[in-house]
Amino acid sequence: MKRRVVITGMGAVTPLGNSVAETWAGICAGRSGIGPITKFDASDFETRIAGELQNFDPIAYVGKKELRRLDPFILYCLASAEMAAADAELTLKDSQAHRAGVVIGSAIGGLTTLEKQKEILLRSGPRKISPFTVPSVLSNLGAGNVSIRFGARGPIGCPVTACASGTTALGDAFRLIASGYADVVFAGGADAAITPMAVAGFTAMGALSRRNDEPRKASRPFDLDRDGFVIGEGCGILILEELDGARARGARIHGEILGYGTTGDAFHLAVPPPGHEGAVRCMQAALQDAGIGPSDVDYVNAHGTSTPLNDRYEVEAIKTVFGTSAGRLLVSSTKSMTGHLLGATGGVEAILTAKALESGIIPPTINLETPDSGFDLDFVPLSARKSDIRIAMSNTFGFGGVNATIILAKYFE
Amino acid sequence: MTLEEKVLEIIVEQLEVTKEECVPEAFFIDDLGADSLDLAELLLEMEDTFDVEISTEELKKIRKIQDVIDFLKARNVTWD
Repeated sequence: MKRRVVITGMGAVTPLGNSVAETWAGICAGRSGIGPITKFDASDFETRIAGELQNFDPIAYVGKKELRRLDPFILYCLASAEMAAADAELTLKDSQAHRAGVVIGSAIGGLTTLEKQKEILLRSGPRKISPFTVPSVLSNLGAGNVSIRFGARGPIGCPVTACASGTTALGDAFRLIASGYADVVFAGGADAAITPMAVAGFTAMGALSRRNDEPRKASRPFDLDRDGFVIGEGCGILILEELDGARARGARIHGEILGYGTTGDAFHLAVPPPGHEGAVRCMQAALQDAGIGPSDVDYVNAHGTSTPLNDRYEVEAIKTVFGTSAGRLLVSSTKSMTGHLLGATGGVEAILTAKALESGIIPPTINLETPDSGFDLDFVPLSARKSDIRIAMSNTFGFGGVNATIILAKYFE
Repeated sequence: MTLEEKVLEIIVEQLEVTKEECVPEAFFIDDLGADSLDLAELLLEMEDTFDVEISTEELKKIRKIQDVIDFLKARNVTWD
């Protein structure tokens, strides 16, 4: 018998704001968080736009010593985890600490630190490398630092599944609690990879939008004129708890996790197969895990990267899974506003999906002016819409052919 | 600023301790709450600031604040 798993806290830093509240206000207003790259001189780059955090002040969350030593992706984790724990009014008691876990995925980990220290290595030699290089670069140190900060002594995990990392983390956390192995888990994803190497690398793959002159229009999922994704950064962390424990402590419940599915394409490094069979099985696995059928789902927060192929094949996959009920389904991509937050995307989009269920406001797909041919779903174009939804799905897919789907529901006793 | 004052300034900044805690006989690990990584980072900062090289052997001998000052003075490092 699976135990029920609920969301009791949420924290995020995104290009739309340095909290869930600011980010959600941006989503409801249909605002774009994309602008020119300021983190480095990108003037020689073909792509010079990104979704950067604005005015994020880590000093509110860490001391000066930690600030110097922790890669930005870890700072984003600590900030988001602090906000999530405050939202959940959660303080771990010693008696429950060994039943508390942390699972925070990251696609790339501490790339900022790696690039900085590599410069020092080349310029000044191996003796000058910071002793904090390795603990800043390792992807699991987001989870590790959160565990240390909150005294969570249960399982620690960091699924590294490219752009599916955040959803894989939520799925792993969901299973840890549902199976009885843990009672509470900090779960989500983080990435801070707006760096010369990552931007150059994604550019070399032809993955990024080059709409440098109109940054706010660059991320345009499902639109005929989409030309690639816009790299973003940030973090989204949710506190997942076993239902009875959450109720016993009087926690406010934002929503429930009903099911999780994950599959592999076994097809190509970076391209999904036509019809995205792996995504079809992934969504079906999540539905089966949740014990519901396609017609029970009201809203899909799509992966919707704004790349030509992802969007085409995701639409095909959604139509295959939902069949006749696809007509009444709401589907939107919040990446149209946040950009693509890589490993953070699953965490942040699960939060936005939970907010949609909680508030009855469906995030729009902005910049969707002319849907591509055959893209005939209701993508909630241009502006947010009111709709009292009960069950929603969040998809993320990653390089290497990894697919992950999580199903959330409005909480009912 | 004397050499001693500059050393203390770096220790206060790097280890997030108070000036009052930084007596010459204070041990970095036992008295100032540093761990081995803190100490390695601190000595890197000393190397950069005073333009000296601290070998691995010498590094092992540095355990308290006075050890740093003695090391720098033995290398004729000055600060004004």
